[in-house]
Amino acid sequence: MTRNVDAIVVGGGIHGCSTALHLCLAGLKPVLIEKDYAGRHASGVNAGGVRQLARHIPEIPLSIRSMGIWEKIKGLLDDDCSFESYGQVLVAENEEELAVCRARVAELNALGFTHEELIDATELRRLVPAVAETCPGGVVSRRDGAANPAQTTTAFRRKAEQLGATVREGVAASNIRYSDGLWHVDVGTETFAAPVLVNAAGAWAGKIAAALGEPVPVETVAPMLMITSRVPHFIDPVVILRGRKLSFKQFKNGTVLIGGGHLATPYQDRNETVLDWRSLATSARTVFELFPVMRSATIVRAWAGIEAKMKDDIPVFGPSSRHKGLYHQFGFSLHGFQLGPGAGAVMAELIVNGGTQTRVSELGIDRFHPSTL
Amino acid sequence: MTGAPKREDYDVVVIGAGPAGLAAAATSAEAGLTTLLLDENIGPGGQVFRAIASTPVTERSQLGADYWVGADLVQSLRASSAEVIHRATVWSLDRNLDIAVSIGGASAFVKAKRVILATGALERPFPIPGWTLPGVMTAGAAQTMLKSSALVPDGRTVIAGQGPLLWLLAAQILRLGGRIDRILDTTERSNYFAALPHAFAFLTSPYFTKGLSMMREVKAKVQVVSGVTELSAADDGQLTSVSYVAGGKREIIPADLLLLHQGVVPNVNLAMSADVEHRWDDLQLCWSPVLDASGNSSVAGIAIAGDGAGIGGANAAVVRGRIAARSAVEALAPAAAAKLAPMATLRTDLAKAERGRVFLDTLFRPSPHFRIPAGDTIVCRCEEVTAKDVLDSVAIGATGPNQLKAYRRTGMGPCQGRLCGLTVTELMAQARAKTPQEIGYYRLRAPVKPITLAELAAVPKSEADVKAVVRG
Repeated sequence: MTRNVDAIVVGGGIHGCSTALHLCLAGLKPVLIEKDYAGRHASGVNAGGVRQLARHIPEIPLSIRSMGIWEKIKGLLDDDCSFESYGQVLVAENEEELAVCRARVAELNALGFTHEELIDATELRRLVPAVAETCPGGVVSRRDGAANPAQTTTAFRRKAEQLGATVREGVAASNIRYSDGLWHVDVGTETFAAPVLVNAAGAWAGKIAAALGEPVPVETVAPMLMITSRVPHFIDPVVILRGRKLSFKQFKNGTVLIGGGHLATPYQDRNETVLDWRSLATSARTVFELFPVMRSATIVRAWAGIEAKMKDDIPVFGPSSRHKGLYHQFGFSLHGFQLGPGAGAVMAELIVNGGTQTRVSELGIDRFHPSTL
Repeated sequence: MTGAPKREDYDVVVIGAGPAGLAAAATSAEAGLTTLLLDENIGPGGQVFRAIASTPVTERSQLGADYWVGADLVQSLRASSAEVIHRATVWSLDRNLDIAVSIGGASAFVKAKRVILATGALERPFPIPGWTLPGVMTAGAAQTMLKSSALVPDGRTVIAGQGPLLWLLAAQILRLGGRIDRILDTTERSNYFAALPHAFAFLTSPYFTKGLSMMREVKAKVQVVSGVTELSAADDGQLTSVSYVAGGKREIIPADLLLLHQGVVPNVNLAMSADVEHRWDDLQLCWSPVLDASGNSSVAGIAIAGDGAGIGGANAAVVRGRIAARSAVEALAPAAAAKLAPMATLRTDLAKAERGRVFLDTLFRPSPHFRIPAGDTIVCRCEEVTAKDVLDSVAIGATGPNQLKAYRRTGMGPCQGRLCGLTVTELMAQARAKTPQEIGYYRLRAPVKPITLAELAAVPKSEADVKAVVRG
């Protein structure tokens, strides 16, 4: 039997859950379909960085929009998502890197963006006392911070369901088709039909887009993270490096998360990843050099989440260039978590109002002309 | 027998030097395969033959004849060409059969054509009120001290729980002059009836007469209270008393030491972290790997032998070790397999060693109220999460152990779920009216044992890094 709803959202990551929630807030009744469970992949196991810092310029408006929602997340979700805002700091390890930082901040200022601020060695030391003395400065985005990704994605899912979204977990969306003016999707023995279909299927979204005639240059990646045992509190902001792959965050309970984008091998069909310990060792060496205080900490767990990475590292966001009622929201390329709340809000505006005040025009799927693939 | 592995590649890497691992490594090396045995302890033996090569206990009858069987296994291993490294903690294994091992504070990587996991068993969690107090420990921990250092309790000691190991430990403590004030037997009365149909097989098993005489020996010296239905420990900073209910009557006895034990379960952490498929075993009430008749798992090249393959005891472990090794030999050096005992003989040996197991599993099936706690009883020791906390999280949407992490951090501490995993699965299954199989288990991650950041930082650079340096 076919059940008619207002929108079908495929994918229970933070993006799908946020879009479902915002559609509910706009008075629609969506169905959210997740083949595993909400937050099973990248959305639930990423570093939790809530970061406007160091973003690609085309996605900065979306990031800023999202930041406003993060700052009121408890009011939206009845869950604080363990969000905290001690800023994010990009560390320049030498004068050349600092020069790049200076140019970047100047470029942003010229475009009217002021969230990134150049800092000298003194301010860097004040923000990150444990950092090696040789670092000459960097960039700070003071409103940035971090949240618990699994808690956040779960909270979005829960609130969406409370506000009337139908949630189907554990069964994949299949047989996606358009007929009689409606999108139809099978979920096990059920079929849902709606005028709107949102493709927010993360690492699985590229296949859906391709099957609907909109192939894009996307690959499946699995960035690795590792976490340490509890160590005495020594750092508040999230730290990322300019020149090397490292991100670094200490949680309230003392554990330290080490990431930075080294990749595991994904086995997407099995929901599995195989870690590359030699690359993780590179991260460990970087931490060892920059934060002597961490040398005796123990690594208690490492993992990787499966997600989609675009060739140009910018998400695919907005209406389909081929089909009425189809919207894409995927390919966030290792930096989609912070964008989730805002992207859901903007997506709901695109669906309900046909437009948005937030500038997202450079993120559209139409940027990939078949000849560029 | 310490230091880094001599090679980077081996035909067979065996992990764990208990009964299964000793037998597997000796068999594999005997057939001429390059064999590496990695073991966490300071000497061979695993748990059941712990300190077999070094125990200060010399009077053989005190530890029992079964214990000394281990000495023969060690001898065959030493006579073989297997490379053996002790104090070697394997902290990662993946489906490519890449193994990371920490030896003396330095990590090395080795690759195997076949891996035989013989990581044995763990004691089942026993989450009663007060189980985390100082002065409360597991029977297994007490036995470790007894075997390796001849240490036995001399304060007021209560042993509570059930299962063969409990009686063995009690007998060993008494023989070494230790003190036991009372044994609280938590075996459910209904288990005796349930086990009855399987009794005939058990009567013909080697465990029967030994088990019976051990229980008689203990009961002659210690007051044993059977049919215990409630149990808790109280403290004033240190254990002071144990409270229990038997036959509807509550009694409180002063105690300095409470030893808890309700059976053992497969130690699945390394296998699960390598993505080996496991199923819930409804009889043994634990996760067991899905294996073929030769112990091969769902991951090509990884076999599991011994109690890690499902609890079967030491005799079965030895045979399972030989079967897994023979299977590896058949695959890698078929001609050499002729030297080894035929598979048919090994399977007959295994059937004999496993005889009576169903009886034991049924008789010593732990009761639900000692497996599935309620209220303020701690479930996860690392994060101090109570049974009520878990149920509250279920009420607001946590559907399984992995989702629960987002609410309570259960299983995310250093023990990686070893002390809470089964409890969480069963508690959530009960709360959600699902089977444990449907509820599932934590996804386990390497490192399965923590390593220091400094140790990880010191491992050899990746090929990509080396190339980057060369390119300048």
